[in-house]
Amino acid sequence: MKILTANRLSDGIAVWLRADHSWAAAIDEADVAADAACEEKLSHAGHAAFLKNEVVDVNLIDVDLVDGEIVPRRLRERIRAGGPTIAVRADAPDAPARRAA
Amino acid sequence: MYRYDEFDHAFVKARVAEYADQVRRRLDGEITEDQFKPLRLMNGVYLQLHAYMLRIAIPYGTLSSRQMRKLAHVARTYDRGYGHFTTRQNIQFNWPALADTPKILEELAEVEMHAIQTSGNCIRNVTADHFAGAAADELADPRPYAEILRQWSTVHPEFSYLPRKFKIAVTGAEADRAAIQTHDIGLHLKTDESGRPGFAVWVGGGQGRTPILAKKIRDFLPEEHLLSYVTAILRVYNLHGRRDNKYKARIKILVHETGTEEFTRQVETEWAALKDGDLTLPKADTDAIAAYFAPPPLADRSEGVVAEIAAKQADPGFAAWLRRNVTAHRHPDYAVATISLKGIGEVPGDASASQMEAVAAIAEKFAFDEIRVSHEQNLVLPHVARADLKAVYDRLVEAELATANAGLVTDIIACPGLDYCALANARSIPVAQEIATRLESRQEEIGDLKIKISGCINACGHHHVGHIGILGVEKKGAELYQVTLGGSGAEDASIGEIIGRGFEPGRIAGAVETIIDTYLALRAGSGETFLAAYRRLGPAPFKEALYADDAKAA
Repeated sequence: MKILTANRLSDGIAVWLRADHSWAAAIDEADVAADAACEEKLSHAGHAAFLKNEVVDVNLIDVDLVDGEIVPRRLRERIRAGGPTIAVRADAPDAPARRAA
Repeated sequence: MYRYDEFDHAFVKARVAEYADQVRRRLDGEITEDQFKPLRLMNGVYLQLHAYMLRIAIPYGTLSSRQMRKLAHVARTYDRGYGHFTTRQNIQFNWPALADTPKILEELAEVEMHAIQTSGNCIRNVTADHFAGAAADELADPRPYAEILRQWSTVHPEFSYLPRKFKIAVTGAEADRAAIQTHDIGLHLKTDESGRPGFAVWVGGGQGRTPILAKKIRDFLPEEHLLSYVTAILRVYNLHGRRDNKYKARIKILVHETGTEEFTRQVETEWAALKDGDLTLPKADTDAIAAYFAPPPLADRSEGVVAEIAAKQADPGFAAWLRRNVTAHRHPDYAVATISLKGIGEVPGDASASQMEAVAAIAEKFAFDEIRVSHEQNLVLPHVARADLKAVYDRLVEAELATANAGLVTDIIACPGLDYCALANARSIPVAQEIATRLESRQEEIGDLKIKISGCINACGHHHVGHIGILGVEKKGAELYQVTLGGSGAEDASIGEIIGRGFEPGRIAGAVETIIDTYLALRAGSGETFLAAYRRLGPAPFKEALYADDAKAA
């Protein structure tokens, strides 16, 4: 199974493609492609969004459904989805643990 | 410190305006990502895992309080309240919006800072000894020469498209705190028999996937020939450096493949045509630059010794901090104070906006307004009266910046790793945190020991030259950590040797502890450092301790 991910052009935040072809800042809203035809649809939508300058660095990534939750196969993508795995010493209210919407 | 002249101000301002227009055109869709990416990179804007990253140059690691306050302001206003000081004496912000980056650069220009040449195949930020101008063991301040190199290399038309990036480091002391042997060019400031200043010139050092130590190609280069000689080196590199393979494009490969003798001959031939020409540094110009770096007026403060002894007895925390974080200054009434950014269990090199402001305030009140960033990811106050050390320490305690561990096993260099970096294969920060937490109680007993961790083969965490180096790799979709022993980035430079197969995330900190226990058991007294013991003992006892059980099981 695959989902489509990218980074938003304007602020670089990691995003995932929803079924309605809008971009979500949370991976659990992503549209999951179960077969090659659906993957191709995701790819087309991603490429269109890239050409429209909505996003950059568009990639299809491998995921599994674990108890109904989308879990990327690669650690890299799990960290992209969850944010840094460490606590940071920040005094701004908007700490990475609470990722921007 | 150096102050921008009119030309510098106009240049940086024009560059910000140019970049602001590029960002506007990109956001309006007038230019494509392929067109824009090299432009943003020229201004220090990368795209990482979670967001853009902005890398800001801190030339030779020197900052004023005003500049530090501006960095705190940027962290708070445009980022998420913190920044990361890097092994290149720079600072990185992890979360800026692209749309905000022109404004950030405009604000930085107000305090004479920018992000130019913090990316790309050009001459990068010139680094220097972080104790420059202060250390007791220094011959002369290397920063005027670093500044001359910075001015000369900034948008240098001939060297803007080199085969690969190019890093220059300068030191003015015998103890090499600038790691000159791991740079493309390392310059060691010295004098000849007649007392003239000049440089020993080292070329072709580097880490990454092919670690190689630099070769000394000239024992003494008189200072006035600095630019002509460096130009000669860069010309040979620009002409013959490989452009067919990114991984073989650094000058270290050229020097290695050409041979040091032949490479030196080519440089000397090129130099013969340049020597005594336009690039010769006029003494008046060198002196004018040096004047910017004139030391602050250090009045005698002999009461410091008495105050220090009394405070030391009253406060064991202060005594520990004095032992580890305070270094001899060339003026006996003063000291160089290291501010550790390695709080136990914290992220190496990170500082919050309020910590940056605290450091700025301390530097302003007690340290002649000067702050340094070290390649070991700590901050330094280069000139503190010994009489003021306790007051400085107390304020650092308040800011949670008084960790007494400089040079100890918990003072770990770690790259951002897979928690932030798009190139990384494994995390570095959690490994550093676990090692520091496990070894904190024994760190003074263990003594001087540098652990350096990289999350990929590019070696931003300098693992090749760690006394204990750790390299994170991805194996079968999981993190695995390889250990090297016996590396050093100092004047006794060496590349660490891989000790054996790697360790899973849950086992790496334990493996490091095993290595250290082996050292403690075998060292010839507490005066023998880990590095000295490893060089005497070789890898065998460490291998035995790490892998003997596996061999038996097999």
